[in-house]
Amino acid sequence: MSKILVIAEHLDGKLNLSTARAVSAAVAVKPEAIDVLVLGDNVDAIATDAAKIEGVSRVLTVARAENAHPLAAVLAPQIAKAADGYSHVFAPSTTFGKDVAPRVAALLGVAQVSDVMSVESSHSFKRPIYAGNAIITVEANADHAVVATIRTASWPAASSSSNSAPIEAMTLDVTLPTHTRFVELKQGSSDRPDLQSAGKVVSGGRGVGSKENFEIIYKFADKIGAAVGASRAAVDAGYVPNEMQVGQTGKIIAPELYIAIGISGAIQHLTGIKDAGTIVAINKDGEAPIFEIADLGLVGDLFKLIPELEQIVN
Amino acid sequence: MKILVGYKRVVDYNVRIQVKSDGSGVVTDGVKLSANPFDDIALEEALRLREKGVAEEVIVVGIGPADLTAHLRNGLAMGANRAIHVVTTDAVQPLTAARVFLKLIEKEQPGLFIVGKQAIDDDANQTGQMLAALWDRPQATFAGKIDVSIESGTTGKVTVTREVDAGLEVIEAELPAVITTDLRLNEPRFIKLPDIMKAKSKPIDSIEFASLGVEAHDHLKTTHYAAPAKRSKGVMVKDAAELVAALKQKGLL
Repeated sequence: MSKILVIAEHLDGKLNLSTARAVSAAVAVKPEAIDVLVLGDNVDAIATDAAKIEGVSRVLTVARAENAHPLAAVLAPQIAKAADGYSHVFAPSTTFGKDVAPRVAALLGVAQVSDVMSVESSHSFKRPIYAGNAIITVEANADHAVVATIRTASWPAASSSSNSAPIEAMTLDVTLPTHTRFVELKQGSSDRPDLQSAGKVVSGGRGVGSKENFEIIYKFADKIGAAVGASRAAVDAGYVPNEMQVGQTGKIIAPELYIAIGISGAIQHLTGIKDAGTIVAINKDGEAPIFEIADLGLVGDLFKLIPELEQIVN
Repeated sequence: MKILVGYKRVVDYNVRIQVKSDGSGVVTDGVKLSANPFDDIALEEALRLREKGVAEEVIVVGIGPADLTAHLRNGLAMGANRAIHVVTTDAVQPLTAARVFLKLIEKEQPGLFIVGKQAIDDDANQTGQMLAALWDRPQATFAGKIDVSIESGTTGKVTVTREVDAGLEVIEAELPAVITTDLRLNEPRFIKLPDIMKAKSKPIDSIEFASLGVEAHDHLKTTHYAAPAKRSKGVMVKDAAELVAALKQKGLL
């Protein structure tokens, strides 16, 4: 039988929703136990939140000053040690999980399954390759642990209302390296909904034209309560910061509603939004590839159409 | 110090890949191949570090069949001093690639190993991290900015700004270290014709995969390939009013 260890992602004392999505994938394996591992300096609030997630059997915490920031070189040896006795180690396929999980896999001497979209059986998974243009089924060796990252856009967040799993503090006898040090995190401050968990996302591309013009996107997003994303072109042109990039190399999202404004729809961008519920494209070029995947398309000048939309939504 | 650059050849990023109808793979015959875009960025960064005097030598390393030499020549034409070609006809997964690179590191003793954050064919995003783990050295993934200060030889430190979901994270790591490159690190230079001529006389060391003593066992077996589910054809609306009405009908506004 399977026993799964899910690595919790957190920031500023709060559990990231990606953890509950990884738990959903763990539930799909139908294991006998799902334990969540919280590594941090102050772990109590995070552990309490993790214990509420449906399907979680136990929350294990490792509180150490060295774990104050998620440095892969520091966390990986602890996770590898804690993985003893587990058949699977799951982490969300966010920049956190992508950074740390392969380091854990290599320490355990096993391959890693990246971006699990679906669970076929305890050792068989589907994942995308070639920017989502092919989906492969991969089989991991059943003789040793499976390390996998979970594609968050493919999994709903497990509900966190009814559960109250026990929380156990752990001490791991692991020597930690000092060769890697955290310096600082520069966050783009935003009161808007989080891009990766928002139900609605409005994205702007090169067609928006400038940093100043992007205000029209923010205003419209605020009006309908949406998070704001961007294409690579808009980020490269300096209209918006990098953490807003949606696509193969940015964030992969699956909101109920995605509105692409002034985005042509390069393969690499489409990869990031393929699982959105409804895709709306607004573009002045009726031949833009974005219209091939849009559920609703509107051809026209965004500077005329967005104010009109705002007015009608009122 | 020396810098080793992982330099993979992949299906060109502009090619829309086709899945074979029997689910046995994707069509790669006659498809245009290019350097993995993230590895071009890795090579460009290594060359800039050499131009700044941080490194003396930049070596591109690749794993693949005999004709991979043509790809490695591109790296030499871009400016690498020499190339190492680990020859194998087998497809190599990230863990095996990391084990191969570790062997090359043991021989070359570089101060930095730079590689793309992911290859655009398997989209794994693993090799750099796995190599850092096996080498027991720091890793700085998704690098958007790199500053190296050398004390002597391969000792010194690197300060890397990483592109993470929450924003930009700055970390400091002691050398030697592994760095994986993100898109915005730099703009790779174009190859000029005279450089292609010059590259012909630069050395490429060929090493047989079997001679490295690397365990080649690939742990993941791909059992099926499928095309992604197609989204059903959408509709075009004529104006803003019609769009809002359609979204309201779906309960999205």
